[in-house]
Amino acid sequence: MGTKNSGRAPVSQTGQVIEKPQDPSKIGGSLTIQINEKSVSVPFGTTILEACHQNLVHIPTLCHHPDLCVAGVCRVCVVEVEGFKTLQASCAFPITSAIKIFTTSPKVRKARRHVIDLLLSEHYGECYTCFRNENCELQTLAKEYGVDEFSFGHIQKPKYEIDNSSYSVVRDMNKCVLCKRCVRTCIDMQEVGVLESINRGAETYIGTFLDKPLSEVICIKCGQCINRCPTSALRANDPSDEIWNSIDDPKKHVVIQTAPSPRAAIGEVFGLPAGHSLTLELNTALKRIGFDKVFDTNFTADLTIMEEGTELIQRLYKALVTKEPVYLPQFTSCSPGWVKYLEHFYPEYIGYLSSAKSPQQMFGAVIKTYYAQKAGIDPKDIVTVALMPCSAKKFECNRPEMYDSGFKDVDYGLTTRELGKMIKEAGIKLPEMPKSNFDDPFGEASGAGLIFGATGGVMEAALRTVVEIVTGEKIESIFDNMNVLPVRGFEEVKYAELPISKVGPVPKILQHLVPNWDWLKGVTLKVAVTHGTANAKKVMNDIRNGGKFSECHFIEFMACTGGCLGGGGQPIPTNLEIRKARAKAIYAEDEGLPLRKSHENPNVVKIYEEYFTDGPCGHKAHKLLHTTYTKRGKYIA
Amino acid sequence: MEKIKSKREGAVLFSDYTRGDAVRILSKMSREDILFEIKTSGLKGRGGAGFPTATKWMLAAASKSDAKYLICNADEGEPGTFKDRVLLLEYPELVFDAMIVGGFTIGATIGIVYLRGEYEYMLKSLLDYLDQMRKDNLLGNNILGNTNFSFDIQIKLGSGAYICGEETALIESLEGNRGEARNRPPYPVNSGFLGKPTVVNNVETLASIAHIVTKGGEWFKKLGTDKSSGSKLFSVSGDCESPGVYELPFGTSLEELLKIVGAQNTKAIQVGGASGICIPKSQFKRKLSFEDAATGGSIMIFNESRNMLHVLKNFMEFFVEESCGQCTPCRAGNMKLLEGVEMIENGDYKFSYISKLKDLGKTMQVASKCGLGQSSSNAFISILENFSEEIFNGVRGGKNGN
Amino acid sequence: MLVLEKNSLTEEIEQLVNLHGTSRSSLLPILQDIQRKYKHISDFAQQEVARFLDIHPVEVYSLVTFYSFLNTQAKGRNIIRLCKTISCEMQNKESVSNAIERELGISFGETTKDKKVSLEYVSCLGLCDQGPALLVNEKVFPKMTAEKAVQILSELK
Repeated sequence: MGTKNSGRAPVSQTGQVIEKPQDPSKIGGSLTIQINEKSVSVPFGTTILEACHQNLVHIPTLCHHPDLCVAGVCRVCVVEVEGFKTLQASCAFPITSAIKIFTTSPKVRKARRHVIDLLLSEHYGECYTCFRNENCELQTLAKEYGVDEFSFGHIQKPKYEIDNSSYSVVRDMNKCVLCKRCVRTCIDMQEVGVLESINRGAETYIGTFLDKPLSEVICIKCGQCINRCPTSALRANDPSDEIWNSIDDPKKHVVIQTAPSPRAAIGEVFGLPAGHSLTLELNTALKRIGFDKVFDTNFTADLTIMEEGTELIQRLYKALVTKEPVYLPQFTSCSPGWVKYLEHFYPEYIGYLSSAKSPQQMFGAVIKTYYAQKAGIDPKDIVTVALMPCSAKKFECNRPEMYDSGFKDVDYGLTTRELGKMIKEAGIKLPEMPKSNFDDPFGEASGAGLIFGATGGVMEAALRTVVEIVTGEKIESIFDNMNVLPVRGFEEVKYAELPISKVGPVPKILQHLVPNWDWLKGVTLKVAVTHGTANAKKVMNDIRNGGKFSECHFIEFMACTGGCLGGGGQPIPTNLEIRKARAKAIYAEDEGLPLRKSHENPNVVKIYEEYFTDGPCGHKAHKLLHTTYTKRGKYIA
Repeated sequence: MEKIKSKREGAVLFSDYTRGDAVRILSKMSREDILFEIKTSGLKGRGGAGFPTATKWMLAAASKSDAKYLICNADEGEPGTFKDRVLLLEYPELVFDAMIVGGFTIGATIGIVYLRGEYEYMLKSLLDYLDQMRKDNLLGNNILGNTNFSFDIQIKLGSGAYICGEETALIESLEGNRGEARNRPPYPVNSGFLGKPTVVNNVETLASIAHIVTKGGEWFKKLGTDKSSGSKLFSVSGDCESPGVYELPFGTSLEELLKIVGAQNTKAIQVGGASGICIPKSQFKRKLSFEDAATGGSIMIFNESRNMLHVLKNFMEFFVEESCGQCTPCRAGNMKLLEGVEMIENGDYKFSYISKLKDLGKTMQVASKCGLGQSSSNAFISILENFSEEIFNGVRGGKNGN
Repeated sequence: MLVLEKNSLTEEIEQLVNLHGTSRSSLLPILQDIQRKYKHISDFAQQEVARFLDIHPVEVYSLVTFYSFLNTQAKGRNIIRLCKTISCEMQNKESVSNAIERELGISFGETTKDKKVSLEYVSCLGLCDQGPALLVNEKVFPKMTAEKAVQILSELK
């Protein structure tokens, strides 16, 4: 069965993992079965659901999700299998013999209708007052099965209080259909373990430890549960009303920065297939909505590379030359979900995190200082909004550490979905917008900043800069077309080694930090990339045990599977194909840009000349562009 | 504590047996011989589902694995069932000896008794009994010195969850999880406890095996019907003079049973506990067997004075509480059925809705994930159908009929 | 909870973990032992068990709420459980439950103020031939009558 079985998921939720044959054409590799009296051949071990989909027979599902292990609990996907007295859940049934399947027999149709009716009877609220209206799997099922009445009644009063406590994730259990996707996401896929089934029987609900609000448990705010929730039981904490108010307030100067991942995905909200970047169309739309300035987060991604790269060089110098105690490998810190995960689960390792802020937070600090000064606007009148693919970014901008400009550096984190809604509300058809450029003084940024959106992107961007700065050689002479392929792709953990055989001169901007690069000659730079906190856990445990990853110099961690493009603020649904398409769009955009290295970004060079005059990791940069972390631990008081 | 003693009589399970008889035979019988005798006996699982025991053991014996487990399901939770309590308290040798035979046959070295939490009071005596068996080398290494076979038995306690009597939920519970039934396939004989081939047998099934291996499959088969061989323990409760555990051959009619237990003015018999069916007087000629009136042992007798709607409500409340809650038909369905019963109770119902609920009950029977949900609507359907006069027309029963 | 109490509880849980093992299969036996001694599994105990077994606290909480005989809130020193299934009900369960409630001045589902007794209903205890059946802590009492039940109450410590 093509499902995950990490061994951590409750066994009740894991189906049998039947190894599929490498070559289905070999004897015993495939079976001939009958679907609705039509003979078809399928590989041994295929689930009934997969077999039917491969043969264009539609089976409705609800608890099934391609990213998650099998649950088999909703019973929407039941089919009749000859020889069985009861109906079988097609998502959980591996084909190991020549069975006969009936997918639309009267018994099946009635059972599915009953199941949908039962789910609707427990599901509070009306579709037109629901933000998942027209993007709800329960609604789709009801439509598919022609539900025109609540056969078994409809709950009239909400049973649960809505949990609004978290900056990132809102839980409304009145909408929950107990499919357990969030449980499987949180425990199995992310290994965070905030959500589980509580109680049993009719009293069952999905809850947190001791039913504490989300803000008080060890939720890392990744929002992966939101992306997989079939209904609106889970959603992001939406600040769009406050943003509208700021826009409507003539005294406010409202600035938005847009991250690359939402730009590659927002088309999906407007019915485009995944993989259409609408970066420049979005600039126009944002202006029409009423944002005063639109900036490209990639600018501060480039700035991040400068800061984080310099920090890495400093750490390496201390380790190799001055022999000072130093935390290596250096961990990336741009994913707030990952940062919070580390703070909770490996608090003793927070020193390994790069102290550089994420691009979002750097931009907030830069806007309310450098930009405010340059534009002659009082920073107290500036409202900074960040369009992010991420729910954890909402938490990040509310961290008490993030007031370095003297104000709240970033006022609002806005997700792709929420901006999509705002654009629709403004009556704008995004795909039809004319293109326009980002605003000065930050203008266009590099492709290196852009690929931050995909897993491996931060590492690739860093390598493009660090390798070039250190060796003096052009990155394209080492990697074809600047594409650092070893760190790309969706493998769980990627690892690469780069031997430094020659060194070049130290660029002026770093001369106060290191005299030369000779000490790096002959060193093999070891890097690793991982995404999804379950994979991060593997890497962290390896580091703790002194394994291969403990010898790395630099590791990129992203909380979400696929990186930011799979973030918890992205359009729903999500699956591997969609994430791959978004990655493709991001990499294509990078290749089309004239500027693809952070250190070559002229506006970055300028900001160091004009503002951060003591250079990367200098005093001023430290004040505005770097931060500290909190040892949170796991104990819940 | 008061001594618990029920009436005991019977030709098979309560026939003569000395501790260790079945184990001593292991030096003379091969695995194949044992499987042959069980196959000959036609023994089917006594927990209620009635799966042929020989097939289960053969599949497990044929599975290749570094570890296998034999589990005794002593999570007797079906309302009205207490035969396993009697077996464990008074005839533990039958159960433990048979577990050793089972371990030998399927190739397991560990046997686990999953004892329901409610039976914790018998834990100490059972543990003492196992200690004695170890001293006598009926358990441990190289059992009885000449079998070259090692086996030991552990007892694990449940914690008050009816669903854990379902074998895959039981395994989940043993693994330290919520007792939520697994998807099947795979079946436990292929992938059970800790992913290893596992046989789960009911207490009474094991007790029968102790007799079968010592006295032969043919001997066992002499009693019973074609499809239901041997005899069965029935836990009889309710309106009768002598409630208790009775051993009767399969094929005994309900009428005969009522006579034996001294029941009068009987209106209805709930066969198979809360998850069973309710049989009215007109059908008392039906025979207790897998093919007719099937039961894991529970027989509840109701006389003319009882209110059947009240009985049904008690059952539905039981399922609403005891469903594990994972699958929709069982979690939400049982709630709807209970609400339906309450509507009838309050006289606030439409016939069309009640028949819709009966229809829903039929869906629950085929679409639920495990046996609990698949059988929880049996009582609803059978009581409403067989006692509609009483329930809907107030002919005895109802609020005033008691 | 005082820090000292916490530490001693941690030590106790560590001993239980040493006894039963650190695999997930040991979870239920460990919780049962804590429940037996303390009549509930506190927030702190749940998190400590989770820590020793390297699982998430919410998984422990989930398990505790699933099983009727485990609970998170402190209950009385004695837990009295009366079978509510139909066979016992037909044998005059109500006179027993009424008598107990009158005697203690609390209803089923409640705990006496002095934390001496908690009353609960329970599904079939497997004593249908000798009902009504009462489970007092781990001990079982068949053929209850109002008088006998009250007698049992008076003997509780």
